[in-house]
Amino acid sequence: MPIRFRLAAQAVAVALAIVAIALIPSTIELFAMMQLTLFAAMAVLALSLAFIWGFGGILSFGQTAFFGLGGYAYAIAAVNFQDSTPSILLAIIVPSVFAAILGYFIFFGRISDVYLGVITLTVTLILFNCVNSTSGDEYRIGKALLGGFNGMPGVPTFNVPFYPDQVLTPEQSWWVTGGALLAVFLLLRLLLSLPAGRIIVAVRENEVRASLLGYDPRKVKLLTFILSGAIAGLAGALYVNWGAFVGPTIFSLSLSAEIIIWITVGGLGTLLGPIVGCVLIEYIVAYIGSQQALNSNLVLGAVLVVFVLLLPKGLVPTARDLLMRLVPAPKPKARLAEGHVPPSAAASHMAGAE
Amino acid sequence: MAIYLIVALDVLNGIASLFLLCLGLAIIFGMMKIINLAHGEFIMLGAYATVISANAGVNIWIAMLVVAPLFVGILGLVIERCLIRFLYGRLVDSMLATWGLSLLIIGIITTIYGNTQQGVPTPLGGFSIGSYQSSYYTLFLASMAIVMMALVYGVMSYTRLGLIARATMQNPAMAATLGVNPARVYMSTFTVGAAITGLAGGLLAPVSGITPGMGGAYVAKAFMTVVGGGAAILSGTMSAASLFGAVNQIGAYFTTPVYGEVLVFTAAIVLIRLLPQGISGRFFKGNL
Repeated sequence: MPIRFRLAAQAVAVALAIVAIALIPSTIELFAMMQLTLFAAMAVLALSLAFIWGFGGILSFGQTAFFGLGGYAYAIAAVNFQDSTPSILLAIIVPSVFAAILGYFIFFGRISDVYLGVITLTVTLILFNCVNSTSGDEYRIGKALLGGFNGMPGVPTFNVPFYPDQVLTPEQSWWVTGGALLAVFLLLRLLLSLPAGRIIVAVRENEVRASLLGYDPRKVKLLTFILSGAIAGLAGALYVNWGAFVGPTIFSLSLSAEIIIWITVGGLGTLLGPIVGCVLIEYIVAYIGSQQALNSNLVLGAVLVVFVLLLPKGLVPTARDLLMRLVPAPKPKARLAEGHVPPSAAASHMAGAE
Repeated sequence: MAIYLIVALDVLNGIASLFLLCLGLAIIFGMMKIINLAHGEFIMLGAYATVISANAGVNIWIAMLVVAPLFVGILGLVIERCLIRFLYGRLVDSMLATWGLSLLIIGIITTIYGNTQQGVPTPLGGFSIGSYQSSYYTLFLASMAIVMMALVYGVMSYTRLGLIARATMQNPAMAATLGVNPARVYMSTFTVGAAITGLAGGLLAPVSGITPGMGGAYVAKAFMTVVGGGAAILSGTMSAASLFGAVNQIGAYFTTPVYGEVLVFTAAIVLIRLLPQGISGRFFKGNL
């Protein structure tokens, strides 16, 4: 496809997405809209891992650490300020700072693959253990009681910026959450089409080569990590806004596993795939929960095993390949941002490669 | 005086159980560089095998020392043939697949047995030191850890099997040219690793709560102990288990069990930062 055509198609897709987000509240009932709000918040979380794992080649098992920190930062700030405007900002800043410290520790120590997995997983467990043991009156930050394993109920939800008494309706909450999802998606898409994004992918492909070209892979990875932490933190704030509640299970291992499943199912190395995977899997889990016939762990596990063994590319890349086969077009050039790997390199199967 | 003895026993208990929990994972990781994230579920299955057979009237010792390792070992063999063997050399994929497997096993067990399971009483009685109580089972666990260590060391050092295993570990391609079939070595290694893990689960069944999700509590600890220990199976696991077990129990003694855990996790992070190749990558080069 010529580039002009592609750009036009993308612009049309974005316009369609905006229209869809705007029209959804008037077309479906309230419950379904609330569910979509939750899915959109989770999809932002999926994008944060899709970005560092699919494009940065950093498999973090601890994405929930940033998600949970964002959620807790939002909740604590919202209880104290009774205004969501600075709270949302804090929900982005706190995880970013945490990601900066942790990332410095990891990447400047040149820690990679399994070891990185252990460390990110461990950090999540530490946060879970610490937050879980904060029941009692002495654990309060300002006006906010941390509440230990009971979590923090009744967190103030989003309001119109700087007007704390104008709380958003569920409709407006959906627009904010859906809009945030679209905004994050476009931001990442844009970043990956810029030289900066190319550098991130270059580091994923081959660190030594990237450093010989004059880029410092440690710095690149650190910045990628921070951005991803910020996005996960935003997702945490959106999630807390949806339920007006945050509890230590936000740091749980099962959620970490779920994020990884979304991406494996949707397609690693794409941005659309994880959103599709997230909505699909979350919908299935919710459906199973309402049926009580099957155990959701069983289904999730089976899905993950089947995808890793039989469809390692994930849904979206597979669908794209099928479309490419249907459209008799001249073979497209390798698109870096899509993490295209020639067949010979696919055999060596590095982390982050499709 | 008595309190020091009790803390010493606690530390011993912590080290022994951690070592038993990690040994199977360490064997699989050291041998084939595969991280089995379903390790916690293997432990859980071992515990379930013990409890269910003991409640069905099997002698508790047979249930622990025979039924659990046999059952989990056979299961490990099946899993290796159906799943793991397609994933050698693909570290990330093997992690994902075994993570999926762990969810699958939890789901199956929950579907069959529900969310709770009646446990078994701790065999062997207790004894008292001064005004404190302790149980003989702690000493039994410690001796089991020593027996397993000796067994693994003996097999790896003095038998033909161990020689083949070590050769395959060092250089699978070279071992293959000398007529060893690496695929078969991997298969048996995975089976043995699973059986040892099942044994650990069986041994811990009397002293831990038994639920389908119990593996989750162990897998992270085992994972970081093995990675912190490095690729050498025995020396790495032993040194990391000693370090983390001691930190955990001493930390728990001075603060609370929760902060004991937090201390261990922090120690693990610092350790990996200081020694990215694990303890054995730095101090026990070339040892088992």
